[in-house]
Amino acid sequence: MRKIFSRPKSLKEVVHLYCPGCGHGIVHRLVTEVIDELKIWEKTIGIAPVGCAVFAYDYWNFDVTEAAHGRPPAVATGIKRVLPDRIVFTYQGDGDLAAIGTAEIIHAANRGEKISVIFINNATYGMTGGQMAPTTLLGQKTLTTPFGRDAQRDGYPLKICELLSSLEGVVYLERTAVNSPKNVLHTKKAIKKAFQNQINNLGFSLVEILSQCPVIWHMEPVEACKWVEEVMMKTFPLGVFKDTNRHE
Amino acid sequence: MKRTERILMKGNEAISEGAIAAGCQAYYGYPITPQNEIPAYMAKRMVELGRIFLQAESELAAINMVFGSAVAGARAMTSSSSPGISLKQEGISYLVGCELPAVIVNVQRGGPGLGNISGAQGDYFQATKGGGHGDYKVIVLAPYSVQEMYDLTYLAFDLADKYRNPVIILTDGVLGQMLEPVVLHSKEQRAMSNEVKDWILDGCKGREPRKIRSLLMAEGALEEHNWKLNEKYSKIKKNEVLYEVYNLDDAKIVLVAFGIAARVCKGAMNIAWEKGLKVGMIRPITLWPFPEKIIADTVKRLCSTAYPLHRSPAILVVEMNLGQMVEDVKLAVNGKVPVEFYGRPGGGLVTKEEILERIEKIHQ
Repeated sequence: MRKIFSRPKSLKEVVHLYCPGCGHGIVHRLVTEVIDELKIWEKTIGIAPVGCAVFAYDYWNFDVTEAAHGRPPAVATGIKRVLPDRIVFTYQGDGDLAAIGTAEIIHAANRGEKISVIFINNATYGMTGGQMAPTTLLGQKTLTTPFGRDAQRDGYPLKICELLSSLEGVVYLERTAVNSPKNVLHTKKAIKKAFQNQINNLGFSLVEILSQCPVIWHMEPVEACKWVEEVMMKTFPLGVFKDTNRHE
Repeated sequence: MKRTERILMKGNEAISEGAIAAGCQAYYGYPITPQNEIPAYMAKRMVELGRIFLQAESELAAINMVFGSAVAGARAMTSSSSPGISLKQEGISYLVGCELPAVIVNVQRGGPGLGNISGAQGDYFQATKGGGHGDYKVIVLAPYSVQEMYDLTYLAFDLADKYRNPVIILTDGVLGQMLEPVVLHSKEQRAMSNEVKDWILDGCKGREPRKIRSLLMAEGALEEHNWKLNEKYSKIKKNEVLYEVYNLDDAKIVLVAFGIAARVCKGAMNIAWEKGLKVGMIRPITLWPFPEKIIADTVKRLCSTAYPLHRSPAILVVEMNLGQMVEDVKLAVNGKVPVEFYGRPGGGLVTKEEILERIEKIHQ
């Protein structure tokens, strides 16, 4: 009998600590499926962030290091420069990448570091209980925007793909989502491309993934998936923001 | 190049050469005075040697690039001056927590705040007492000559690897800018990464996957980790204390100073001897581990010698700050003899005359 579906080799068989309905589990699965399919688990070094994915090294079955909050792109730079033939990727949330680590991501991208970045945008700080993230939508209620995010006081949602698209070191930027089977399948393609670009030594690739966070959003999982589609995507439209596919 | 050849170098350049000789594979830095000669020198030499030089976007990024290169098994270094070192403290705490080797150079300037760009010794506490968050120690080496800038930087890489712990070179703007002849031990490049590091992340081919982390949430896990680190600190304290002593045998007054202040003290001590004053000196080279035993032993000997009542022995600590190392000296002396302090903060350079004046005052 032919086996047509199984757990990715790169994903450990352990119970993870993500909340019910969380998008992280889906993205972990996609990342590890891609690593298996590209047969790169023996040369991959992952960098876990500070945030909900802080325990990623307990779930992934390849070499993984932690990094201080927001610093994964700098740590990735330090690894990749020493081991240019390895596959180095960071997995970061919106607080890690788009708030405390904004400088690190912009400069790693601008230097064209040959790394892959998986960026989870769920419009909130999940790990600390649901505060305003740089990507929190206008009007969205969080612990620190109890009356809704107000542009006058809190500024605007930060659009990372749009922001990075002007940088010359970047070869690939795409925003996807994991709120529907169709979007999940497409996200896998985008992740695969981000890793393939690195294998081909092309440059900096980032996939921004809109990810549902039903527990913090105080929604049922189905409702949360719908909210991604109907509300989040208005501020964060899906699409390819850059794809140069150039050789350097 | 022959071993005996002496070349004229700036302190900051000697640090760079020491790192290169020690097999530093990656250097990450950010401009700040008075250490700018280090990134400029490394930008040229590291690239010539096919090694890694990168000017980071910030001190935070630089120390975390060092973290990444250490994770990957490379000998890595960053350098800065006081305000920049404050920014690196987060990264240093993570390096210790993750047991990663690294060399961090602090060419101190006056503080607090932006301060000035004169040489100073105001970061002693920060370097020797941890500096960042958590309960930890880093090895701190304090050169007092351009030759030692070279020698101790070379040593720092070995110590960092031996203990899997960061090492700080704590020097200052005066030594960084000072020109002196230096003997380079060997022009041959040390074989890189010849020592087996069985903990690095370089892809799990042929072995189990590894993880590097300092987050230990399980009950008791972090305490256990800290006790394990403490065992390492005990070993370092036992094995790695470095100091120099001068004229201790007949001394009645003993100076204690490190770095550039020790250099000035040595001059003051020599004048004192010409004047017939029996002055000795202890110069800590490792500020952590602190050479407390030699101080305690010296005090014991001072106390066992008979002196006229009105002329009791004393220790004089000289620093270019408001009094930091003096606290460690007092702990070592443990109240057995008076400990006097002379210091100048904010980039004020102590002079031989000022020190001599204090010596004479104690002698009276």
